Amino acid sequence: MIREEAAPLIEFCGITKTYGKGQAGFQALRGIDLRISEGDFVAIMGPSGSGKSTALNILGCLDQPSDGEYLFQGLHVEQLDRSQRALLRRHCLGFVFQGFNLLPRTSALENVELPLLYRGGQAAARHVAARDALARVGLAGWESHTPAELSGGQQQRVAIARAIVTHPLVLLADEPTGNLDSQRSHEIMDLLAALNRDQGITILMVTHEPDMAAYARRLIRFVDGLVAEDKTQEVTVCS
Amino acid sequence: MFLNTLLLALREIRRNLMRSFLTILGIVIGVAAVVTMVTLGQGATQMVSDQISSLGSNLLMVRPGQRLGPGRDAAGAPNFKKADVEAIRTQIGGLQEVVAVVAASMTLVAGNNNWASTVNGTTNGYLIAGNWKLAAGRAFLDDEERAGKAVCIIGATVRKELFGSRNPLGDEIRVKTFVCQVVGLLAAKGQGAMGMDQDDTVLMPLATVQRRLTGNQDVSSLMIALKDDAGASKSMEPIRLLLRERRKLAENEADNFNLMDTKQIAETLSGTIGTMTALLGAVAAVSLLVGGIGIMNIMLVSVTERTREIGIRLAIGALEQEVLLQFLIEAVMLSCLGGLIGIVLAFVACLGLSSLMHMPFLFNPAINLLAFGFSAAIGVIFGFMPARRAAQLDPIVALRHE
Repeated sequence: MIREEAAPLIEFCGITKTYGKGQAGFQALRGIDLRISEGDFVAIMGPSGSGKSTALNILGCLDQPSDGEYLFQGLHVEQLDRSQRALLRRHCLGFVFQGFNLLPRTSALENVELPLLYRGGQAAARHVAARDALARVGLAGWESHTPAELSGGQQQRVAIARAIVTHPLVLLADEPTGNLDSQRSHEIMDLLAALNRDQGITILMVTHEPDMAAYARRLIRFVDGLVAEDKTQEVTVCS
Repeated sequence: MFLNTLLLALREIRRNLMRSFLTILGIVIGVAAVVTMVTLGQGATQMVSDQISSLGSNLLMVRPGQRLGPGRDAAGAPNFKKADVEAIRTQIGGLQEVVAVVAASMTLVAGNNNWASTVNGTTNGYLIAGNWKLAAGRAFLDDEERAGKAVCIIGATVRKELFGSRNPLGDEIRVKTFVCQVVGLLAAKGQGAMGMDQDDTVLMPLATVQRRLTGNQDVSSLMIALKDDAGASKSMEPIRLLLRERRKLAENEADNFNLMDTKQIAETLSGTIGTMTALLGAVAAVSLLVGGIGIMNIMLVSVTERTREIGIRLAIGALEQEVLLQFLIEAVMLSCLGGLIGIVLAFVACLGLSSLMHMPFLFNPAINLLAFGFSAAIGVIFGFMPARRAAQLDPIVALRHE
């Protein structure tokens, strides 16, 4: 290598994931090599069972690879124990799920505050940060509403606010628009694109909708547990 | 970290008010039921033994007839005579006092009030044998007993009915055709072991009742006070044989009188009450168990929801031990709160019920501790164990839990 490039934020080397054992085992990932640099916006696509969600879960330290190396800022994640992976999630990662995964019967503000509670610190500072995060996703004034009192799009905004309240390096989104109608989906994608553009948060998003993938700068296509296509694309959607 | 986790646990309790309430309720009912039942049972036992000891402890009661209680067969059984009393007193050793009693149901009149009560003709020995104390006035004088003078000592109930709160000493009560003067007032004893009012009584000298009310020399029952060191069983047999001889019973005839040891009654009653307490305890243990199963159900039913919640917490960076500590604090707080409320509730219930039933209230720390410990342990174990299992899952597995 002639030019010394900055180390990528995330690096996968020969990552595999097998569910079950022996003959009955199912290989969801069959050796993935991947490099993602800081500030990127990556969409991961692929048919059902192609391993895209599994890859995202491993990227997010929610799941462990069966084999291979996973480096996060040069750190060997596959060698970390449960607590160390939890701390990595706490300080560097944010999650948005298809099913929102908010705590029921809990106000939007308290849901957003939750990650901060595990970090300690002053209650007043937590409140300010949580309000600020809700304002950033356009939910100022909805702080006291519980998930049941919010629409799907609003719930996903609360989930995004919860993910970004800790100012993570990487935001991982697993089909964030899967449960939303087209208009709400585009609103959520605009929000994610803005976060990536304005705050430099690296976004890794799994989706099966080409419309949503069009927001990303880079598109990775999974087929049968392998990367079939990896291309940088023009952002076609203007927010 | 601990303060933060405490805060998280408190939020969780507030957020799930219904679930928290049901958990607490299960423990409250379990603890309150056990503590109340056992405490009341012990109060009842205490009450009975108090009543027995108010009867006089080393006391033999002798009555004509073969059986005790209603429908007793006294018809063919003659009363005792004054001579029987003398015979027992002189021929049997180890006796403190042999008291003859002749009882008669009479209507008492004083001023505008009248009251039906039992007049007991007896001697001063009755006060010793029956463990009576005088609240006011005096016992009978020797010449009053000898001459059968018209004097009486009245019980607290009779005093209340005839004189109200007025001092009865020196006043007169009319019984049948004669008038007798009140010279003494017995200290109140309260309800007897069989539920009768012991204070509803009037004492007169034996000769007075025999001459003026019954008109014969018969004695309807004997009270024999034993010296403290003399065993009741040792004295009973000679007395029985003596009475059989004096009543001219052939060897194949059954006793036509009844010899009863108050200690024996006390033991029988205490045994019965003990059985009752054990029964109540068993019922209480079942309610504790049912309460425990209730707690278990609530805790286990919420596992699905809570497993997802644990998944969320782990995903956003909570450490396994933080999640566990939170659930542990939550379970301990709910269980202890429930236990404490249960104990307070039981305390209030026991206080109310024991005063309603005129029973002493005995606080038993052991049963409180036991009930509290058991319920709290169930609450903690079944609140904590499922959480522990969930927290050990990979976050993604916990999140996908349906």
